[in-house]
Amino acid sequence: MPQIAQLSATYASQIFWALIFFGFVFFVIGRGFVPGVLATVANRDKQIADDLAAAKAARTAAEAAEEAWKQTAAKQRADAHALIAAAKHDATLASETRLGEAAAAVDARMAEADARLAAASASALQEIETVASEAAVLIAQSLAGLTLDADAARASVKEVLHG
Amino acid sequence: MAEQGKVDPMHQFMIEPLFGTDHLTLGGYNIAFTNSALWMLITTVALFVFVAGGSKKQLVPGRWQMAVESLTGFIDNLLAANVGPAGKKYVPYIFSLFSFILFANVLGLLPLGLVGVHPFTATSHFTVTGVLAVLSFAIVLIVGFKRHGLHFFSLFVPHGTPGWLLWLIPFIELISFLVRPFSLALRLFVAMMAGHVLLEVLSSFVIASTNSGFLWGTVVGLPSFLLMIAICALEILVAGIQAYVFALLTSLYLNDAENLH
Repeated sequence: MPQIAQLSATYASQIFWALIFFGFVFFVIGRGFVPGVLATVANRDKQIADDLAAAKAARTAAEAAEEAWKQTAAKQRADAHALIAAAKHDATLASETRLGEAAAAVDARMAEADARLAAASASALQEIETVASEAAVLIAQSLAGLTLDADAARASVKEVLHG
Repeated sequence: MAEQGKVDPMHQFMIEPLFGTDHLTLGGYNIAFTNSALWMLITTVALFVFVAGGSKKQLVPGRWQMAVESLTGFIDNLLAANVGPAGKKYVPYIFSLFSFILFANVLGLLPLGLVGVHPFTATSHFTVTGVLAVLSFAIVLIVGFKRHGLHFFSLFVPHGTPGWLLWLIPFIELISFLVRPFSLALRLFVAMMAGHVLLEVLSSFVIASTNSGFLWGTVVGLPSFLLMIAICALEILVAGIQAYVFALLTSLYLNDAENLH
């Protein structure tokens, strides 16, 4: 077993070189490179966590904005409906008023026309009486040679016309 | 013929000085640059290339960076699970420990014999695993006494110890505590050595039986060869598991030192 047979001759060399090379490994690789590698991994993990948190926050903000937008839209829609209803109401009122005015004007004109009609028929009646009485006087004069008093003839005609 | 087929399963663990450095000394100690040192150097270089190539620090990692990050993340999780938040500062040490052992184990298994190079498994020597185990144990002791002072000795009196056993339990706990560096070092060294010896012995069966003729080659050589293939897969698994066990036990001991019981 060379490990024991050569022990006295080689132990110093073995220990020396083991210390040299393991020392190099520890100080240059273990202390030099490994912390950097660990830091890289830690940074990456941190960045991933941060990015995820940022994405989550952005999503929450987007959802809140959407909710707010929905509320605004609903409110605006309600406002618009109210506006339309009010306009409809006003329009109805205005048209009713104008219809009423027009109806009143028409009534007034109809009443005036009736009055004029009545007046016309009255004057026409008057005219007929006059014409009839004159006609009666002329008829009596030419047929019977009688001379009638105009007033008496008018009274007679009036009596006949009105029964 | 018999001499040709003879395989010494222990030869692979021989330490040989390279590049004429046989008599290189430091403070009276021989520090020859051996094949063992060469393979630790190769382990270090391979690990350096792997980690350096993967620490580009890009936000979106490539395949290589992903591989390195998986390895560091694995150690990070191991320490977080076993030691808790206080374990973060041991990540460089446990990472170095785990990857150094893993790379050394796997490099020692490479089938480089096919191209005439003989891989050497540095972790199959308790002089190397012992260094790592003593380092881990020393860190546990330093951390324990630094954080808890003499209160660290309460480690030897687990919660719920009955009063009438107080004379025995601390003694047993002390022994188990002191055995830790040895168990750490020996476990790795034995596991590595056993696997390599087994493969070597089976390969000697294959060679010797095939040289003895077709019949023996079929009856002994072929099953041995099939077994070798299976054991190669097992050894790759063991290479990973032993590195993991070393790192896991060290982190458990560090947990004792950080949090006591």
